[in-house]
Amino acid sequence: MPTMESEIEIANSSTVQTGHGTAPAQGMQYTRAFAGLFLRDLHVLQREKIPFLIRIVMNPLLFLFVFTYIMPHMSGGAVLNPTAQMAGANFSTVLLPGLMAVAIMFSGIAAVALPLAQEFGITREIDDRVMCPLPVSAVAIEKIVFSALQSMIAAAIVFPLAYYVPATPVYAHVNNWPFFMVVLALASLTSGALGLVIGTSVKPQQIGLIFGTVVMPITFLGCVYYPWAKLDAMPWLQRGVLINPIVYMSEGLRAAVTPTLPHMNPIVILLMLTFFLVFLTVVGIKGFLRRVIG
Amino acid sequence: MASIVQVEGLRKVYEGKQRVVALDGIALGVREGELYGLLGPNGAGKTTAISICTTRVLPTSGAVRIAGIDVVESPALARRLMGIVPQYNTLDRACTIYENIHFHCLYFGFSRTDAKQRTNQLLEQFHLTERADSYPSQLSGGLAQRVQIARAIAHRPKVLFLDEPSAGLDPQSRIAMWDAVRGLREEGITVVLTTHYMEEADELCDRVAIIDHGKILVEDTPATLKGSVGAQKVYCLDLSDRDSPAALVGQLKLVHGVRGVEPTSGGIRVFADNADGLLPEIVRVSNPYGLRDLTMTETSLETVFIRLTGRDLRE
Ligand SMILES: Nc1ncnc2c1ncn2[C@@H]1O[C@H](COP(=O)(O)OP(=O)(O)OP(=O)(O)O)[C@@H](O)[C@H]1O
Ligand SMILES: [Mg+2]
Repeated sequence: MPTMESEIEIANSSTVQTGHGTAPAQGMQYTRAFAGLFLRDLHVLQREKIPFLIRIVMNPLLFLFVFTYIMPHMSGGAVLNPTAQMAGANFSTVLLPGLMAVAIMFSGIAAVALPLAQEFGITREIDDRVMCPLPVSAVAIEKIVFSALQSMIAAAIVFPLAYYVPATPVYAHVNNWPFFMVVLALASLTSGALGLVIGTSVKPQQIGLIFGTVVMPITFLGCVYYPWAKLDAMPWLQRGVLINPIVYMSEGLRAAVTPTLPHMNPIVILLMLTFFLVFLTVVGIKGFLRRVIG
Repeated sequence: MASIVQVEGLRKVYEGKQRVVALDGIALGVREGELYGLLGPNGAGKTTAISICTTRVLPTSGAVRIAGIDVVESPALARRLMGIVPQYNTLDRACTIYENIHFHCLYFGFSRTDAKQRTNQLLEQFHLTERADSYPSQLSGGLAQRVQIARAIAHRPKVLFLDEPSAGLDPQSRIAMWDAVRGLREEGITVVLTTHYMEEADELCDRVAIIDHGKILVEDTPATLKGSVGAQKVYCLDLSDRDSPAALVGQLKLVHGVRGVEPTSGGIRVFADNADGLLPEIVRVSNPYGLRDLTMTETSLETVFIRLTGRDLRE
């Protein structure tokens, strides 16, 4: 990062002496601090890359192995596996975007909510991060952005798994790369924001409970294992799940990666993802400020 | 001389099930280069005051300016001017000692080369070089405290805030910490520390403010504060006769060299000069009232606190 280095020196010399920064110098001060926080997170992540990879891979791998490998190979597999029967040979294709969405969401929880619970709790490490020379809300935003990076890595790892592990063929094709990238970025940021909301609104001791009461329900009702369109036989459910942000993550990836499957209107998906991103970010930052500033 | 830390009419009220007035309008000024102590018992409001100064708690009213910068209006700017060592260990548990300081430098805009240089220099200065690759969980309390101080001054702040720096330290680590803090003053860093050890305030600080129930009672040099008591010695009489008889108080007041007498829960407290033969005289007068024990101490900041509040600092 040669350009960044030289910028740091400029920022350094301009504000420290007087204490009064001009607007650009202050912007630079914030950028430097933000970059520093990001580098620190990156450094810690790369040191713990093996646990990180295991965390990402285990859930989809087991899921794929049981439902798209073992089941189809069993004698009378389709009878034993009603889900597969319903979706036909396409179940593997349904799962591809769904498991990517789950990986994205779990990363948001694991990267933001769980560490925050610890940092707010006994260690109070957060107090140190909050003393960085940038607005406190930017510390929260850094958490979201870094979590989004982890979510994207997770999605990139799950894709080949979900493509190659199933015994039945997977029909995946990205027609529209820009759309795919936007959906991926929005979904990843939204899951980070969701992690922030959970991490700041739950007492540290209760963070374990969150998996049962929030994470599992929104996953199972998040159109992860079935396309939203197929809920049309149960209109109450089809409407009810619309308040679940995971629905737009899985539908968005479905529209981008497996466009042959039924999916929501892409415009609606983008609008809803944007809405949830803004909403969850605002709520999460408010919660963060409430927790760190007395 | 203008104050580098200027606190005016600072109030903090914690609303909740129980309304707590943690700070009840405090005002103080810390001069540049000074070692300043906030001395007070548990719950006096020391941590609250420091937290407001360091932008982590918002005041209910009043203002704090660090080198002229208002901490509520421009917190991000003010943070560049100060370092903070909180009451508890906030070291980054996922990073080594080296990384803790190094990343701190990066947060404050150092280039990688500068950060590396500064980190190595601080590790050396605080005798931490051998522990550079340890993790915070592997350090003793005294070492962790030293790392926290090194990290807090890494970005060369003008003011360093230390909240109860010797809490939980063994005597040896405490003395090492005192030396480190004195060293900071030589570097020109203004230091504000809180403590409830009067020896610490006395030994270390140029000026001390005594705080109790969210109010500043006095603010001056330790010598002046001790001088204000108007006595050199304090005798604490433990009497078997629990409701200290007014007659004895009256008699003690007449003894030559006694400056003041006040009843306490278990006996009587006598403030006196360094007069010859005072001890036997006090013993003689109070013996008929069931004198069980007597302790004598030199006037200290503790005496000042007792004089001002009628309470012991430890109570
Ligand atoms: N977040 C809070 N909510 C409610 N009350 C609080 C809060 N923080 C502190 N207090 C109360 O404010 C008062 C002052 O507390 P503070 O922590 O500032 O005292 P202190 O002088 O630092 O004491 P100690 O020596 O125990 O650290 C106490 O009565 C405390 O109970
Ligand atoms: Mg305290």
